[in-house]
Amino acid sequence: MQKLFVLDVTPSCCRIVCQGEWTHAFVSSVLGAKAWGEVKQKAVFDFSQVLSMDTAGALAWLRIKKELEVRGVSVEKVGIPKKMEKLISLCQTHSRHSLKTTPPSFGFSEGFVVLGKQTEVLWRAFLSFVSFAGGAMYALLKTLTKPHKIRFRATLYHLEQSGLNALPIIIITALLIGVVIAYQGAVQLEKFGANIFIVEMVGIAATRELAPMIVAIVIAGRSASAFAAQIGVMKITDEVDAMKTMGFGPWEFLVLPRVVALVVAMPLLVLLGDGVAIFGGMLVARGELGISFVEFIDRFQETVALKHIVIGLVKAPIFGIIIALIGCYRGFQISSSTESVGKYTTISVVNAIFWVIAFNALFSVLLTELGI
Amino acid sequence: MMVVVDNVVTAFGSHVVHNGVSLHVNKGEIFGLLGGSGSGKTVLMREMILLNQPRSGRIEVLGRSLATLDEAAKQALRLQWGVLFQFGALFSSLTVLENVMIPLQEYTALPRGFIEEMARMKLKMVGLPEHAASLWPSELSGGMKKRAGLARALALDPKLLFLDEPTSGLDPASARGFDTLILELRELLGITIVMVTHDKDTIRDVLDRFVILGEGKVQAQGSYTELMGTHSELMKRFME
Repeated sequence: MQKLFVLDVTPSCCRIVCQGEWTHAFVSSVLGAKAWGEVKQKAVFDFSQVLSMDTAGALAWLRIKKELEVRGVSVEKVGIPKKMEKLISLCQTHSRHSLKTTPPSFGFSEGFVVLGKQTEVLWRAFLSFVSFAGGAMYALLKTLTKPHKIRFRATLYHLEQSGLNALPIIIITALLIGVVIAYQGAVQLEKFGANIFIVEMVGIAATRELAPMIVAIVIAGRSASAFAAQIGVMKITDEVDAMKTMGFGPWEFLVLPRVVALVVAMPLLVLLGDGVAIFGGMLVARGELGISFVEFIDRFQETVALKHIVIGLVKAPIFGIIIALIGCYRGFQISSSTESVGKYTTISVVNAIFWVIAFNALFSVLLTELGI
Repeated sequence: MMVVVDNVVTAFGSHVVHNGVSLHVNKGEIFGLLGGSGSGKTVLMREMILLNQPRSGRIEVLGRSLATLDEAAKQALRLQWGVLFQFGALFSSLTVLENVMIPLQEYTALPRGFIEEMARMKLKMVGLPEHAASLWPSELSGGMKKRAGLARALALDPKLLFLDEPTSGLDPASARGFDTLILELRELLGITIVMVTHDKDTIRDVLDRFVILGEGKVQAQGSYTELMGTHSELMKRFME
């Protein structure tokens, strides 16, 4: 590493011959040098041998000068080329700062402040979501009175994107869920010789609870994130504002097609999920317990009440509304930074899955208490 | 010579953008790339900074021929130039100050406090108010984003600075301020500057030399006064 200065100390004066490249690649050695401690009373910097200097070099010198002056050393510079002199004075005028950043202190009482602020943030988020959901409902009612305003093409597009294109993943997950319940059930039921009860087990669990849940979770992962990201990017590129200024409501153009698409798609997907999950159960029942398909279906018709399937199908559009509203709502929260796209897309999925599970639990308790 | 472009051909699919473009930029010069929309000014600049590759022809930057460089040489070259993108291209996950600090943190051994001081100085140099340092890029106006982007481009005191429409979207006073700043930087730091611009005041007052691109070729090359004489019709289109 090159040496950037040579100290020449005499009792009354310290002459510092600067040399080499005073640039950002090298000046760190100047800043940390212990030699500055030896400089007393008077320092004369000779710049005539400096090869080049950049802003880092200029600032480093200014910093050393300041340190020395604080200690009562008078500082002079000699032999400095005009350009460097100018550079130093440029750096000097721009390096004075009035703002001092003080790290915030954090104590016991500040904890309450944070708690209060967070509570308020949560409360406001809740209110704004309620008002968003209200806005969507209002827009829905309004368009129902003027059916020609319904965006059929956009709705069909989202039906395809969120419904049709989700079929493969829905089929695979539902089949696996059916297989897994039946498999675990088969081991236990075989111990009691109650093999045939596999039909009720798979039939009721899948249609009433598991198929709607699994479908909702898959759709939340696929579509809530997609909705949030699509709307968010539209917001960043000012598309949403352009719509508003042209008198197209974001509700009718962006939110309703997505909500309606999921409301329509979800029951259909759940119905498919029911069928596939039961088929998965049938496969295991035949393979592990020796129950033929015909036996399984006979028993299914006898023992699995229609209400279980209906309950599953009734929950589906509600899950659809939850997922679409949360996806869109989080999308509209995305602001001008690209980072917020990632943030709110993630939040939309987490929120959608949470609320689907929470509503499912609510239904479960409510319906069981009502004896349905 | 800081930049040499020799007989460059660029095409996207069947669309030919450059069909044999040649130019050179001298040391210490402020050089302009002019031309109508779609004439390939920005593409040419992107080729100079290793973001795009020409189909054929040779580009030399700071004495190195770009086509033959390996990754290490490219990296070394990248540290010697600064680039200001049209909309600043600040990293949105970092504050303005951190945006300027990051090249210094990654590529120098300077202590953190000093880096912060340098970054604040650069921000002040480009004319940003002090409170802007702690803001996020999304909180800045278009002009402030450009200034912050310039501060970041200047972080490592580059020898060569590429500016993509530095004054577009700025109000006239800020645009002239930006021009003065560019002239001052060239004067004090000895930077060579290559810029894409449409701004007629910048063309007249700041550029030493420029080329006008059109129809895949260099239509004219020279200084403002020269071209006003020889290509007055062409110049009129830009200066109106």
